[in-house]
Amino acid sequence: MSAILETRGLTRTFGAVVAAMNLNVRIDQGEIVGVIGSNGAGKTTFINMVTGYLPPSSGEILFDGHSVLGRQPRAITRLGMVRSFQVAQLFPKLTVLENALVSLVAAEGPRPSFLCPLDTPQRRAKADAIFAEFGVSRYRDVLVSAVPQGARKLVDIAMALVSQPRMLLLDEPTSGVSIEEKFALMDTVMAVVRRHGVTILFVEHDMEIVARYVTRLMAFYSGEIIADGPPKSVLGDARVQELVIGHHLDINALGVAA
Amino acid sequence: MSFPKHLASSTGSAVAIAALVFAAGTWVLPPWLAFLLTLAFAKGLVVLGVVIQMRAGLVSFGQALFYCIGGYIVGLASQSLGISDAFALLALATGAGILMALACGWLLTRYREIFFAMLTLALSMILYGALVKSSALGSTDGFNVAAPSFLGWTPQGDAQKQALYLLSVAVAAAVAIGIHRFMVSSLGRVIEAVRENELRVEYLGLSPRAVLFSNYVVAAGISALGGGLTALASGHIDPDMAVWTTSGEFVFIAILGGTGHVFAPFIGAIVFSVIRTFAIQEAPHFWQMTLGVVLLALILFLPKGLWSLIARDKPAEVAT
Repeated sequence: MSAILETRGLTRTFGAVVAAMNLNVRIDQGEIVGVIGSNGAGKTTFINMVTGYLPPSSGEILFDGHSVLGRQPRAITRLGMVRSFQVAQLFPKLTVLENALVSLVAAEGPRPSFLCPLDTPQRRAKADAIFAEFGVSRYRDVLVSAVPQGARKLVDIAMALVSQPRMLLLDEPTSGVSIEEKFALMDTVMAVVRRHGVTILFVEHDMEIVARYVTRLMAFYSGEIIADGPPKSVLGDARVQELVIGHHLDINALGVAA
Repeated sequence: MSFPKHLASSTGSAVAIAALVFAAGTWVLPPWLAFLLTLAFAKGLVVLGVVIQMRAGLVSFGQALFYCIGGYIVGLASQSLGISDAFALLALATGAGILMALACGWLLTRYREIFFAMLTLALSMILYGALVKSSALGSTDGFNVAAPSFLGWTPQGDAQKQALYLLSVAVAAAVAIGIHRFMVSSLGRVIEAVRENELRVEYLGLSPRAVLFSNYVVAAGISALGGGLTALASGHIDPDMAVWTTSGEFVFIAILGGTGHVFAPFIGAIVFSVIRTFAIQEAPHFWQMTLGVVLLALILFLPKGLWSLIARDKPAEVAT
């Protein structure tokens, strides 16, 4: 296995607050990595740093062997590392189809044409295929602002995947989604991600979700990684249970992935 | 603000038909109305520049900068360089507007909302201040622009006015078709996406600033073209072309017409010119008040402008 994402000594401070302390992370191709941690543990800071949104105070970030330190988010996206957000970041006054068309044209290159139309049969067909894959076809011609939360999250993730990236970072994919919808959403996302062979890292608060989908789990606590390994061992770790989860967890009841 | 599909596909022919109808009017319309329309089409071009920036979520309170540059370039090229061909003069005006925008765009695309609006205003007022102080350019009086020739043909009297009217119809139609294409193009639609969510555009791999920059330059080009056309049609230019109330007028017309379609700024400009002409004629001391009342009524009853009378966006419904 070769590393797709690697950080060395990644540190970020906000004044006296240490949001990330000497993070050495290596993620291999094809891994499904979960990230847990209480609020302020540095999970989102980590995602923000590796995607170029937030410059680290020190450290190195390698994507696919190349340093991406100091690059703009758009440049990192073009290299094949994309992300979704805790709150779906879409174009609310455009329809779901138009959102997808914009993503498709962005995936084609950094300079969209000012003469050729955006809306072409080819792009529509691609968009329709993506909608079918994500099960959001019924919202195709609806303004995003009128789409229910769960489907909006799916559209958000679908748009990130349009460029056929190699790595996807999800910041709380199921936050704001009802309990009934959570598993369906994750099933859909995971099926697509597996089909396309995308490496995935996602931040999640819901231990049931984490236990079911990840192949590896990292627990963050005040800017540091206190546990990293198979979900079973991390969730069973006494320190993780005390500092991250906050109570004793019956890992057998969660049905942890092998 | 997205276009209904059936309108998008038929816009080209609709523009062509409208242009032919107006062109036919050359020999029918009373001279005062033809002159009013000539200036309205020129103004519509500037307003179109305001409108395409509104699609990006930016309100330019200084579009008169480019309007004035276009006008002065036509005047100067005609007077100092002896260029009399209308097409060459308009090309120069457009080019000058674009050059100016390439310089200002680097600064302006860093700013949004009120900061963008105020900076555009500031730049136009710098030009105004400079022109007022330049006695070589006639300071506050400006100067007259000689009647142009058209590819070697120099019409006189009524033919001159008719030729300018036809020119304005042709230029407005050509720009309307071009800008319509631009608005539905990939870049044109990404502009709306930038208005909606810059962060997402960035994370899709595009530079929101580069998108706004292109849009700003296009807007400047057509606004300068409108200024050049105005100089040719009115035969006179003065620094008031750059003053902030002129920019305000363009924003007024943009709101009056609406931002839903390339036709809207031209409809807005024609209606505005007609209202102002009659307001000045009927109540010369209160014409600004009349316009104020019109704007108030419009915001209350037609917030999306006159264009919303013609096309209403159907609210999308969830298919079940």
